[in-house]
Amino acid sequence: MGMRKVAVVGAGMTRFVRRALETPKELAYEAAKMALDSCELKLKDVDGVVVGSAVDAFDGFHMKGEYLSDGAGGWRKPFIRHSVGGATGVFSCIHGWMHVASGLFDVCLVLAEEKMSPCQPHPQGAFLTVYDAILERPLGLNLTWIVPQEMNLYMIRNGYRSEDVARVAVKNKRNALDHPAAMMGEELTVQDVVNSEVISWPVHRLDISGTADGATAVVLASEEVAKRITNKPVWVDGVGYNLDTWYWTSRDLAYPVYVEKAARMAYEMAGIKEPQKEIHIAEPYDPFTFKELQNLEALLLADQGKAAQLLAERVFDRDGRMPVCPSGGLLGVGNPIAAAALMKVAEVFWQLRGEAGKRQVPGNPKTGLAQAWGDMMQAGTVVILKI
Amino acid sequence: MLYEAASKAYQNAGLEPKDIDGFVNAGEDWTEGHSIADEITPDQLGAVKRPVFTVNGDAMQALISAAMHILTGQMNICLVASYSKASNIKSLANITVMAMDPVFNRPLEENPYFIAGLEMNRYLYETGTTREQCAQVVVKNKKNALWNPSAGHGISLSKEQVLDSPMISYPLSSLDISPHSDGAIVIILAAAERAKALCQKPIWIEGMGWCSDSPSLEKRAWGEAVYTQIAAEMAYKMAGISYPRKEIDLAEVSDEFSYKELQHLEALKLCRKGEAGFLVEEGALGISGELAVNPSGGCLGVGSLLDATGAQKVLEVALQLRGEAGQRQVPNAGVGLAQSWRGIPTTSGAVLILSNR
Repeated sequence: MGMRKVAVVGAGMTRFVRRALETPKELAYEAAKMALDSCELKLKDVDGVVVGSAVDAFDGFHMKGEYLSDGAGGWRKPFIRHSVGGATGVFSCIHGWMHVASGLFDVCLVLAEEKMSPCQPHPQGAFLTVYDAILERPLGLNLTWIVPQEMNLYMIRNGYRSEDVARVAVKNKRNALDHPAAMMGEELTVQDVVNSEVISWPVHRLDISGTADGATAVVLASEEVAKRITNKPVWVDGVGYNLDTWYWTSRDLAYPVYVEKAARMAYEMAGIKEPQKEIHIAEPYDPFTFKELQNLEALLLADQGKAAQLLAERVFDRDGRMPVCPSGGLLGVGNPIAAAALMKVAEVFWQLRGEAGKRQVPGNPKTGLAQAWGDMMQAGTVVILKI
Repeated sequence: MLYEAASKAYQNAGLEPKDIDGFVNAGEDWTEGHSIADEITPDQLGAVKRPVFTVNGDAMQALISAAMHILTGQMNICLVASYSKASNIKSLANITVMAMDPVFNRPLEENPYFIAGLEMNRYLYETGTTREQCAQVVVKNKKNALWNPSAGHGISLSKEQVLDSPMISYPLSSLDISPHSDGAIVIILAAAERAKALCQKPIWIEGMGWCSDSPSLEKRAWGEAVYTQIAAEMAYKMAGISYPRKEIDLAEVSDEFSYKELQHLEALKLCRKGEAGFLVEEGALGISGELAVNPSGGCLGVGSLLDATGAQKVLEVALQLRGEAGQRQVPNAGVGLAQSWRGIPTTSGAVLILSNR
């Protein structure tokens, strides 16, 4: 295609915590600095800065991007902020890729930040304002009301029981024990998950990732720069994104076709014909347990209705045939929305470079995928990385 | 509004939604009154189950993102959508306060016009520009707007009427301030080959630049628009422009407040620092002047469109370069500049250089 090659050359992230003492700007600074330090670049080497952040109501800022701009290194530089709700973090990598692949920039700093704790008494309250102002908001809704409808339909259609999806929490929270930035690592049993409090059937408390504060950053570079500064560039091989209709009642809630479309766009760009064979590790979006399985199926990384079985057969374990969420995912590391999804890109980057420490998967994976899901359960974003 | 604007854009380009590879929206949650405002964008554009994203910035930044995506080679045709539904906002000032530092600035509940007044004062002080010269900008732009069928705030005023209008925050009087308007603008971009096949009169993007200065009120340059200066340098470099004043035939710049037009013209190097006020007095910035500035009527005449303002600027330059601007047509326009600013309290802006050749 003659497209300009773009590499991830550095990554950094803050600890994910329930309530950070740092301001959003300080979180942004910390992650951006770590990412630049990791590839030994200075701010003066950065041509442009991209910030992703999902919901202004969390941090409590109008124009959150403007506020974050100098903390993220965007002072007197080309700076743009974008948002696609929960799918923002992975999209940040895509937007940064556009900056470099277009030929306009050689080095682009990509930062995703979310500080949810300022929203009192609980960040779920902010989700009321993602609903239709006339038809739905008067009902006083949040996300733990709408997502269970999707989960229920998905489980019924595929014949999954609570135990089948609970294994996702067990796996991811165990993986997170090895992640130094994680806040929800825990050794659990399937019974612990299904016996935890029912929030809204069939969602149990341990089926849900935790709201958090945090920031993640990656550095993208053109081929020329990447080859000069590192001997292990990780190439952005494919990008895809897709948005379904706003009217959630007219969607098939059991199958996220928009994720499939985003994946096909990325696979086409990366020249991937058989994802199940060609993708070695995956970081699909797991804000709720069932989402990991549902997303894996939509990403064509598992046949429809088969993901739970593969999970039970330990295929997705860190030492399995296709490690899934070796980081610990949102369920284990925590879920500061945009930062959590970019963390997935960072995790694939570290895994492919063999720099994931205790979380390192065996077998020298060559190709990895990160995916996120967002807006009103309607957005899919996919990035494929290759070493 | 978006449906109407998108339908017109599709018709104008001879395209259907299925021909578009990607869609970019511009907007902010809190001016929409909806968290994750991206989610309500696809349906009215015909963008369901298609690549869509939102830039939380000015429409010109969204357009730049779309242009970058086309330059990657992954997409051929992209649509940029933006709108303002300012009439839904009960108190914009209360929202703007929430864009300021929560510790240092918010407790003061600074009204945006208070900040604009401070900035105007500093600009007048540093450059020797006068209130009369700023008032002349208002007179010019509101008069231009009379010729623009899309503009809602055109009126014939005298300089004295502007100067005598109620003082809001010295030296900013009420007529120095752009009123807000509702409206939607949709722009379709295409890769060079496709554009030539699709369109008799494609308008080429020659240069793009954008920049953010300090978001902190305490640490920014108050007298000059550094963000526009840096953005312009980037855009001129890309477009190969060395003498902006000679090479640019018309400009649409942000005139959210009267003095901003003058300050931005100076940052764009379309005149020297302190010179813009004299140019507007001499009539050099009129539609038939040496450099036509805001022939559309600008924000003062069309109305400020929140984050869609940048798209209005690009639209006007495109119409002018196509020779489709009707009674407000600038004669012999070949190269145009569009510049945007995100308004108080930001220091973010973008610059585009467009041409019809």
